[in-house]
Amino acid sequence: MDYESLKLIWWALIGLLLVGFAVTDGFDMGVGALLRVLGKTDTERRVMLNTIGPHWDGNQVWFITAGGAIFAAWPIVYAVAFSGFYWALLLVLFALFFRPVGFEYRSKIEDSRWRSMWDWGLTVGGAVPALVFGVAFGNLLLGVPFQFDEFMRSTYTGSFWELLNPFGLLAGLISLGMLCMHGATWLQMRTDADLYERARKLSMVLALVVAVLFGLAGVWLYLGVDGYLIMGSADIAQAMTPLNKVVTREPGAWFYNYSKYSWMMVAPLMAFAGFALVIVFSSTRRSGLAFLFSAIAVAGVILTAGFSLFPFIMPSSLEPNHSLTVWDVVSSRMTLNIMFWVAMVFVPIILSYTIWGYYKMWGRLTNGFIENNKYSTY
Amino acid sequence: MISENLVDLSRLQFAMTALYHFLFVPLTLGMTFILAIMESLYVMTGKQVYKDMVKFWGKLFGINFALGVTTGLTMEFQFGTNWAYYSHYVGDIFGAPLAIEGMMAFFLESTFIGLFFFGWDRLTKIQHLMVTWLVALGSNMSALWILIANGWMQNPVGAEFNYDTMRMEMVNFSDVIFNPVAQVKFVHTVSAGYVTGAMFVLGISAWYLLNKRDLPFARRSFAVAASFGMASILSVILLGDESGYEIGDVQKTKLAAIEAEWHTHEAPAAFTLFGWPNEETMQTDYAVRIPYVLGLIATRSTTEEVTGIHDLLIEHEARIRNGMLAYDLLLKLKAGDKSEETRNAFDMVRDDLGYGLLLKKYTNNVTDASETQIKSAARDTIPKVAPMFWGFRLMVACGFAMLLLIALSFYHSARQSVEKQRWLLKALVWALPLPWIACEMGWFVAEFGRQPWSIAEVLPTHLSASSRSVEDLWMSIGAFVAFYTLLLIVEMYLMFRFARLGPSALHTGRYHFEQPGRHGAAAMASPVMNRHHDRV
Ligand code: HDD
Ligand code: HEM
Ligand code: HEM
Repeated sequence: MDYESLKLIWWALIGLLLVGFAVTDGFDMGVGALLRVLGKTDTERRVMLNTIGPHWDGNQVWFITAGGAIFAAWPIVYAVAFSGFYWALLLVLFALFFRPVGFEYRSKIEDSRWRSMWDWGLTVGGAVPALVFGVAFGNLLLGVPFQFDEFMRSTYTGSFWELLNPFGLLAGLISLGMLCMHGATWLQMRTDADLYERARKLSMVLALVVAVLFGLAGVWLYLGVDGYLIMGSADIAQAMTPLNKVVTREPGAWFYNYSKYSWMMVAPLMAFAGFALVIVFSSTRRSGLAFLFSAIAVAGVILTAGFSLFPFIMPSSLEPNHSLTVWDVVSSRMTLNIMFWVAMVFVPIILSYTIWGYYKMWGRLTNGFIENNKYSTY
Repeated sequence: MISENLVDLSRLQFAMTALYHFLFVPLTLGMTFILAIMESLYVMTGKQVYKDMVKFWGKLFGINFALGVTTGLTMEFQFGTNWAYYSHYVGDIFGAPLAIEGMMAFFLESTFIGLFFFGWDRLTKIQHLMVTWLVALGSNMSALWILIANGWMQNPVGAEFNYDTMRMEMVNFSDVIFNPVAQVKFVHTVSAGYVTGAMFVLGISAWYLLNKRDLPFARRSFAVAASFGMASILSVILLGDESGYEIGDVQKTKLAAIEAEWHTHEAPAAFTLFGWPNEETMQTDYAVRIPYVLGLIATRSTTEEVTGIHDLLIEHEARIRNGMLAYDLLLKLKAGDKSEETRNAFDMVRDDLGYGLLLKKYTNNVTDASETQIKSAARDTIPKVAPMFWGFRLMVACGFAMLLLIALSFYHSARQSVEKQRWLLKALVWALPLPWIACEMGWFVAEFGRQPWSIAEVLPTHLSASSRSVEDLWMSIGAFVAFYTLLLIVEMYLMFRFARLGPSALHTGRYHFEQPGRHGAAAMASPVMNRHHDRV
C-alpha cells in the first residue's frame, strides 16, 4: 500500500483504539467515579463493582494497546507527548494503579474502614484519568510548548500547572461528565431496584450538563482559540520529519475541516444526538438503547476533537513549524504496513471473544446475588 | 549536553519499576500454567479436590495478578515519559512488538481472566477449562513479544539507520522476530516463571503438610507442583541462555564481564568459580578456577575461545575512531551534501556510528574528541565486572539449590513419602524467596551488562533519556517508592493472610478452619457428599 494511504489509515486506526478505549473502559471509569455517589450501601457498591468485574481488565487493554500502537505507528508522538506531559501522565498512572488492586482487594476483607479506603481509591482511579484525558485534549487544541533540535531531540518548556488553564479544565469537565454519564447508563442496564433508579436519573442530568458544556466549548473554540494551519510542506506521500513544513495560526482554523470535508459534521452530530437520546431512552426506561446512544455520544465527542485537529496531532505553540501532524510523525512504510495487517487480523478476533465474554456474563445483578456469593465476587 | 545525574536517575527509576514489575510477572507466568494443569486434572477425573485447588491457588494468583497489571501499566508508558529520544530513535522497530503484545497477548489474558474468576457458574466445564488455558497462553505470549523487544535491544538485527529521519528503521521484520537472542531469552525467562510458580505452590503446600492441615489437598498440590517444577528447573538450567553469546559484540562483552575474563585465553577457557574481580589491576584476585568449564558453558565447544576484556577494549577503541568518521559524514549529509561519494563513505562506517555517539557523553563535537576522551569512552564500553560476576553466580547458585530441592520433592512425592521428610518440607518453606532472587539477579545481569548501551552498539543509554529536570526525576522516584512500597505491604499482607487460611478461604465448609474439633482431613475423605456446599 502507498505511504500516504497508510498514514491516513493509521490516523483512523489510532482514533479507533481511542474510541474503543473510551467506550469500553470509559464506563468502568464512570462506575468507579460514581461508586460513592450512587452506591449507598456496601452491597450496592459491590453490585456496581461486579457489573464490571469480569470486564474491566480486558477493557483497560484498549488503553494499553493504544499506547503501544502510538509507539509503533507514531513514535514521535509517543516520545514528545508522554515526556512533555510527564506529570499529567504519571498522575493518570498513579490513579489507575488503584483500580486493579482496588477491585481485587476491596472485598477480600470484611472491615468497613478497609473497604471505604479502597472505595476512595476506586473513585480516584475512575475520576482522575477521565479528567486528565480531557485536559490533555483541551491543551492539544490550544497548542503545546515544545520544539526539536536538529537531531530530533525534543524539549518541552511548559509545566504541569499550565495545563490547568480554563479551556483545558472545561475539556476535562466534559470528559469526566461524559464518562460518568456512560457509567451511569451502563449501571441502568446492569442493575435493578434503587440503584437502577438512581443511575437512570443521574444519566439524564449528566447528559444534559455535558451537552451544554460541549456546546460551550465549541463556541469558545470558535471565538477564542486560534487554530493551526499548514501553509506549505514537503511531499506528504514521502518520508518526512516534523521539521520540514510551514505552519501558521489563525482564528477559527479548527473549524475549516468541517467546510472542507462536510462528512466530518457527522461527529458533532453524533455527540449531540447521542446526548439527546440518552435522555429520551433513560426517561422511557429503555436502558439498552440509552447505553448504546451514550456510547455514540462518547465516540462523537472524541471524533469531533480528532477531526477538528486533523491533520494535526499535537500542534506546537512554541515553534508552530515543528507541530506534529499525521504526515510527519509516522513510522517507516514497512512498519506501518506490517502493523496494519496485524491489526486487520487481530482486531476482529479480539472483538469476537470480547463479545463472547460479555454475552456469557450478561444480566442484571441484584443485591441478593452479592449476598449469596459473598466470597467469590468482588 | 545531557546531565549525567538525569541519566542516572532515569536509569534508577526504570530499574526500580522494572524489577518491581518482575516480582509479579514470574508468578503469573508459572501460576497460570499450574492452574491450567490442575483444572485439566479436575475435568479428567471429576474430583472436587482439584476444582478446589484451582479456586484456592487461583485466589492467591489473583492477589499477585492485580499488582502485575498495576506495575505493567507503568512499564508501557515509561519509554515515552523517561526515554523520549530512545522512543523516537528506535520506535519504528521497538514499538511494533509492544503493540503486537497488546493485541495478541494482553487482550487474551485480560479478557479471559475475568471469565476465569467469575465464569464458574456460567460456563460449561470444558468452556471454563478452555478459558484457563487461554489465560496461560496469553501470559506466555506477552512474555514472547516483550522479550522480542528486549532481545532486539541486546542484538539489534533487521534494522538500519536512516539519516533523513534521524532514526533506526525496520528493514526485515522476520529477523526481528526470529532474533536468536530473543528466542533464547524467551525460553529461559518463561521457564524461570514456571519455576517460580512451582516453588510457590511447593513452599506453601509444604507448610500445610508440616502443620498436618488439609492433607489430601496439600499432597495433591505438592505433587502437581513437584512434577511441573522438575520439568521447569531442568529447562531453566539446560536450555537457558543456550548460545546467545555467539552473536554480537555486546553479548561477548557481557560474557567476559560475567566471567571476569580479563584476557583472552586459549580454548577451552577455565571457569572461575569464585574470586575477587579487581578493576584496577584487571585481574581476579584469589580466583578458584575449574579448567575447560567456561569454554564448554559459553561456546559449547572445546575449540572456540572466549574473548577477554583487554582485546574487547582494543576493538572498541578502533570502532570509536570509526564512529567519529561516521558522525562527521552524518553532519555533512544533514547539511545537504547528499553526493554519491558522501553517501558511500557513510555506508562504509555507518555501523560504527553508535560508537561515535558514545563520545557525546564527553563532548558535543564528537569529531574532534581528545585522546583521553576516546580512552574514557572505550573504558565505558565494559560494564563493571564485580556486580556482573556476583549477580550471575547468585542466580546460578539459586538455580542449583532449587534443582536439588525440586528433585528431592519430586522423588519423595512420587514415592509418597514427603510427609516424613520434615527437613525437606522446612527447607521448601525457607526456599520461597529463591526464585525471585534468581529472577531479579538474572535481569540485573542481562540489563546492567548491556550498559553503556540502551540499544547495543546503536544508541548509548546516555543519549536515550528525555529532557526532563533532575527535580522531576527525584519527585517521580519518590512517588514510585512511596506508592510501590505501600502496595507491596498490602499485597504481602493479603498473601500471607490467605495462604495461612488455606483452602478454608473458599468457605466450602470442607477445610481445616471450618471443622471445629475435627481434623481437616476427615472432611476431605468424602468430598462428593459435600457438593451442595460448593456454591460459593
Ligand atoms: C517475561 C515476561 C514479562 C516482561 C519482561 C514484562 N512483562 Fe509486563 N506482564 C507480563 C509479562 C512480562 C505478564 C505475565 O503478562 C503480566 C504480569 C502479571 C500480569 O498480570 O501480566 C504483565 C502485565 C503487564 C501489563 C498489564 C497488562 C494487563 O492489563 O493485562 C502491561 C501494560 C505490561 N505488562 C507491560 C510491560 C512492558 C512495557 C514491559 C517492558 C519493559 C514488561 N511488561 C515487561
Ligand atoms: C521486567 C523485567 C525487566 C527487568 C527486571 C529489567 C531490569 C532492568 C535494569 C536493572 C535496568 C537498569 C540497568 C542500568 O541502568 O544499569 C534496566 C534498564 C532498562 N531496561 Fe530493562 N528490565 C526488564 C525488562 C525490560 C524489557 C522487556 C525492556 C524492553 C523491552 C527493557 C528495557 C530497558 C530500558 C529501555 C532500560 C533503560 C535504559 C538503560 O538503562 O539501558 N527492560 N532494566
Ligand atoms: C543455573 C543455571 C543458570 C544459568 C547458567 C543462567 C544463565 C543466565 C544468563 C547468562 C543470563 C543473562 C542473559 C543475558 O545476558 O541477556 C540469565 C538471565 C536471566 N536468568 Fe538465568 N541462569 C540460570 C538459572 C536461572 C534461574 C534458576 C532463574 C530463575 C528462576 C533465572 C532467571 C533469569 C532471568 C529472569 C533472566 C533475565 C532474562 C534473560 O536475560 O533471559 N536463571 N540467566
